Amino acid sequence: MPNEQTTEKKPAVETIRIKVDGREIDVPKMTPDWQGKPQKTTMLQACALAGIEVPHYCYHPKLIVAGNCRMCLIEFGTPAIGPDRKPVLNPDGTPKISRSVLPYEPSTPRGAIACATEISPGMELYPNSPATKQMREAVLESLLINHPLDCPICDQAGECKLQEYSVDYGKSKSAFAEEKVHKPKHVELGPRIVLDDERCILCSRCIRFSRDIAGDDALGFVSRGSHSTLTRYPGKNFDNNYTLNTVDICPVGALTSKDFRFQMRVWFLKETKSICTSCGTGCNITMGSREDKVYRFEPRENDAVNSCWMCDYGRLNYKWINRQDRLAVVQGSKVNVTDPLTEWPRTISEITGLLGRASTGSAAIIASARQTNEELFLLKKLADKLGAVTDSVSRSGEGDKLLLNADRNPNSTGARLIGIAAVPMGSNLPKIAAGIASGGIKTLIVFGEDVTTVGIGENLLAKLDLLIVSDILPNKTTVLAHYLLPGCAQAEKRGSFVNVKGRVQRFMQNIQPKGNARAEWEFLHELTHGVTGQNGFASIEGLFNQMAAEVPGFKGLTWAGLGDLGVTVTI
Amino acid sequence: MPQQYRLILKNVDQPGYTPDLDCYLRHGGYEVLKKSLALPGKDLADGKKMSAQEQIREDVKISGLRGRGGAGFSCGLKWSFVDRKSGKPIYLICNADESEPGTFKDRQIIYKDPHLLLEGMIISCFANDVHLAYIYIRGEMTDGAKILNRALGEARAKNFLGKNILGSGYDLDIHVHRGAGAYICGEETGLIESLEGKRAYPRIKPPYFPAVLGLYMCPTIVNNVETLAAVKHILQMGASEYAKLGTPNNTGTRIVSVSGHVKKPGYYEVEVGKATLGDMIFNAEFGGGLREGRTLKAVIPGGSSAKVFKAGEKFKLKRKGPDGQMTPVDVDMLDLPYDFDSLQQAGSMSGSGAIIVMDDTTDIVQALANIADFYAHESCGQCTPCREGSLWLAKALHRMDNGHARRADADYLLNIAQNIQGRTICAFGEACAWPVLSFVKKFRDEFDARGISDEAKNAAAGPSQQLKIAASPASS
Repeated sequence: MPNEQTTEKKPAVETIRIKVDGREIDVPKMTPDWQGKPQKTTMLQACALAGIEVPHYCYHPKLIVAGNCRMCLIEFGTPAIGPDRKPVLNPDGTPKISRSVLPYEPSTPRGAIACATEISPGMELYPNSPATKQMREAVLESLLINHPLDCPICDQAGECKLQEYSVDYGKSKSAFAEEKVHKPKHVELGPRIVLDDERCILCSRCIRFSRDIAGDDALGFVSRGSHSTLTRYPGKNFDNNYTLNTVDICPVGALTSKDFRFQMRVWFLKETKSICTSCGTGCNITMGSREDKVYRFEPRENDAVNSCWMCDYGRLNYKWINRQDRLAVVQGSKVNVTDPLTEWPRTISEITGLLGRASTGSAAIIASARQTNEELFLLKKLADKLGAVTDSVSRSGEGDKLLLNADRNPNSTGARLIGIAAVPMGSNLPKIAAGIASGGIKTLIVFGEDVTTVGIGENLLAKLDLLIVSDILPNKTTVLAHYLLPGCAQAEKRGSFVNVKGRVQRFMQNIQPKGNARAEWEFLHELTHGVTGQNGFASIEGLFNQMAAEVPGFKGLTWAGLGDLGVTVTI
Repeated sequence: MPQQYRLILKNVDQPGYTPDLDCYLRHGGYEVLKKSLALPGKDLADGKKMSAQEQIREDVKISGLRGRGGAGFSCGLKWSFVDRKSGKPIYLICNADESEPGTFKDRQIIYKDPHLLLEGMIISCFANDVHLAYIYIRGEMTDGAKILNRALGEARAKNFLGKNILGSGYDLDIHVHRGAGAYICGEETGLIESLEGKRAYPRIKPPYFPAVLGLYMCPTIVNNVETLAAVKHILQMGASEYAKLGTPNNTGTRIVSVSGHVKKPGYYEVEVGKATLGDMIFNAEFGGGLREGRTLKAVIPGGSSAKVFKAGEKFKLKRKGPDGQMTPVDVDMLDLPYDFDSLQQAGSMSGSGAIIVMDDTTDIVQALANIADFYAHESCGQCTPCREGSLWLAKALHRMDNGHARRADADYLLNIAQNIQGRTICAFGEACAWPVLSFVKKFRDEFDARGISDEAKNAAAGPSQQLKIAASPASS
């Protein structure tokens, strides 16, 4: 059952009434902190609830508060208390507010850092007052005096907080008449990270992330004052599996990804919500491409799955999408297909005919747990019609405590829920091998696996009457296929996966399929319904909803209901 | 005529007085500790009992003792903020990171009468249920650390420290921790971070108030050396007797460090407020006046971070008139009583009790450049305004001092400093902004004159000179 849809009554939330820019608003007294523990609501959180963004650099909702950048300083006031310890009232009966001022210079407003200062009843926040604006201008100016201002060659340009806030609080001309501080450039912190210390604004986000989230206290500052320099621990390589997250959270262009730097201007990237397929965690990602070439994965916040993070292994596991040897042509050994416009209909039609004539129990289906739920659902329908034995191939590696799961398939749970995978996964593979050897199995349908690596060798494959293979990269199985149906990477199609914890998550198409390849669910829709004679949906939405109606594990779900963050089912 | 009043320094510098335990005991040492540990509970009018610890804490409150480190905050009040219900251990730290330029008073106690500090500290620990305390000593004071460690060893051997101190059932140990040479370690939360083995980055307050979330996130008291030494005397002479020393709200004695252009630079213990700033400089008992033929130009009254006073400057101070009303009266800078409140009313502070005297030979721009260098060098670099602003100020001042001043520079400096004060994590922001704000405002003519003459000179020398930017020593 989807947990999200329970209609439990939430207890009344205790609120505090404050004013933000003169507007009264009730905000919860407590708000989750970086670890999700309820803590007293801060000014910054209260302003966010009031729809007002407080600019900041060092604050990050998923990191311990540091309070060092001072960009979030805001002017505020609190109800004045008289000598009798009672609130002082204005002539009109409203509470008198005393604005915060410097104790030694009462004509000058004193700001408080919104990221760390708790709100209190009756407090007034002035996030847009002239004094607040002046404080931001001064902080920004300080951050920029020693900054190289090399935006034209900086990878962060376009998604840089210094640039963004310069528009609101910057000056067109610098007052700085001195020589800038010079610091190390092009510092290799680790195998995947390059640091430009001159761009660094010393916000310490990367240090806090590495220490508190990744558990690798590898980064720190050396030297003092304006000469403070970010560096790694002497003799230690910054090479844990989460280093690239520091590039994401670096508000400026100090930390850059070796993989992405100088590759593409970020404003050219087409960004799509997707899911990482490198393990069973299913980290939510934003995929960035230009002209059908994928350039980067970045984590997309989902507190139910990956917070704001993803591992380097998953993040960099995208190059194969752009590989030159991607399967892009439909191949049939029985017929010579030459016309790209008609090759798909003719091939599907031929396969439909062949499968329709196969005797019950003479076929087997091996479908990868990297295929989507929708594809596995269609394959399961086909298997039921053919009386085929089915299975998937397990894939495992070393997991860690943070995000990387030992299950390296993105959809093992989906394969189990749909019933394609045997329990345990892979236990039917020897039976299929034996069936082929004995001649009982004459037709094998393989989706997304090289079965020669799991005990069904080339000699066995050679015995088959019919070998239908769909894949995206060539391997020993695709070479032997009688029919080869080029499929799509997750970047090229839509679909859903179920992660190891039962989170059903959908992903969107970012780029076009290679050559004449098609999304597997599209041609499986034609094939399955051709063989079974049943009707079905030709859209991913309809297909998912049909699956949800038929597969008990997905009961009650809808494609639209998955939203961007998915829904957890009981597994 | 004001005299020195040697209470804390009573034995210091006396012929034959040595920093060892035997000498201290010969002079009545640790008697106050013995008395304090044996103090019986006191019955109160409402039938409740006041423990020995509560009585000592109350005595410190009654004494009016204000912190001698710089902020002058009430010691009794500070102790009352300690979270005693958290169930966590309470720590006490002696802040011996004396490093405010011009200040050399704590080291007199540490080097010459270490057991006085220890006795005051042990009593303070007992009063606050502290079982583990630290002396955080400035890294440069290598001998001081040795002296303290030797004194701690002697005290342990005689059971003034350790388990069941003098049979009282009270346990305490004290460790000396040496800093690595950073001014910011004197900031109490920076000190705590440093003591925990981290960079001395001051903590944000809220939420990290030491009285609640201090050392190892436990309630912690951080007191200055001189403050803790005073505690021993408060209990020895009685809190109300101590409160009679000095002036109302500025009680007790204070060790004042006088340096700069005076005949007799040195440390002088006085009753707080009984001597004026002028006395401290000119009185033969103290600074002994300026050198022959010199006139006074400026005085920094409380360590280099305090706002400067200009010779001849007058302040409006509230004084009780003959009719009992508080009326503002004009007071000359030299007539300011050297206490906490008067200097604050005059817009500066007595800070760490360090008076820096500058006579008419002083180049104000150069003097300020020197001070700014110190703060640029010592800024920890954690928060933006101070990190960037402190070096910016130093570079600008060195440029000015190297023949490249501009007419706009006075406002330029004021603007930079104005954007530091009040916007930083700790009071270092004020410490580096205040000298600049006060020097430039009070000696603006000298800054402007530099700009006018340098601009004229550089314009005559040609465009290459105008564009040249002087590199500051602080930028290396």
